[in-house]
Amino acid sequence: MNLRRDVFQAIADPSRRAIIMLLATQSLTAGAIAANFESARPTISKHLQILTECELLKQEHLGREVYYHFNAKKMKEIDLFIAPFRSLWENRFNQLEAVMKNHKTKK
Amino acid sequence: MTFKTQLEAPKNTQEIFITRTFEIPLEDLFEAFVLPELFEAWMGTNVIHLNAIQHGSYAFETSHQGKVMLRAHGVFHDVIKNAQIVRTFEMEEQIFPAQFEILNFEKISEESSKLSMHIVFQSIYYRDEMLKLPFSYGLNMAHERLEELLNNKNKK
Repeated sequence: MNLRRDVFQAIADPSRRAIIMLLATQSLTAGAIAANFESARPTISKHLQILTECELLKQEHLGREVYYHFNAKKMKEIDLFIAPFRSLWENRFNQLEAVMKNHKTKK
Repeated sequence: MTFKTQLEAPKNTQEIFITRTFEIPLEDLFEAFVLPELFEAWMGTNVIHLNAIQHGSYAFETSHQGKVMLRAHGVFHDVIKNAQIVRTFEMEEQIFPAQFEILNFEKISEESSKLSMHIVFQSIYYRDEMLKLPFSYGLNMAHERLEELLNNKNKK
């Protein structure tokens, strides 16, 4: 269960989803991945670490380089798309609760 | 991190089930769906009209920086106060046809309540595409932010 929760947290972040999309069709080194983003290199490294820990990405050592590739098998285990959809409703409903609590104190 | 909102989207079905417990009384929860000014406030949208009665209808549009991003509308088949809303929902100028929504409202205690939403799509395809929408939207946002940053960088 812990791992599953980590996967959902991992893909809750838009930058990490962008990394997944980037690696969907190709394997890249950390440097090449970072070159696609404005974020600082350590930030991208942290994203890669999180994605690797929950097995959405796999590392492959080729000579001195480490290539990251997308673990399609893992993606089949979870439904990648559900987490952001759920977050959308979670945020809406949090807002609803806040609005109604506020509305009530005004009454 | 635990979510208060439970979501079920069984594989190869055209349905989504969403349930959520609120720390507000049932009456307040129900009002949030039927009073235009409250619906506007929590949905972050602009209600064009909302007449939550049997055979009534609604329409709203959501803008971002003065530009209309989304227009949606639907009809109310049934509205049973503090108990149930049966309605349709359709986004305009999108690939998605109308979807059918059943909202059940329940009292848990004086200060808490529960909403169960059952959404039925016209096909498995549309259900799956709708599930993907916030995922790709988040991606677009990330890309737009990236482009903005790059543009600003190039201008410097």
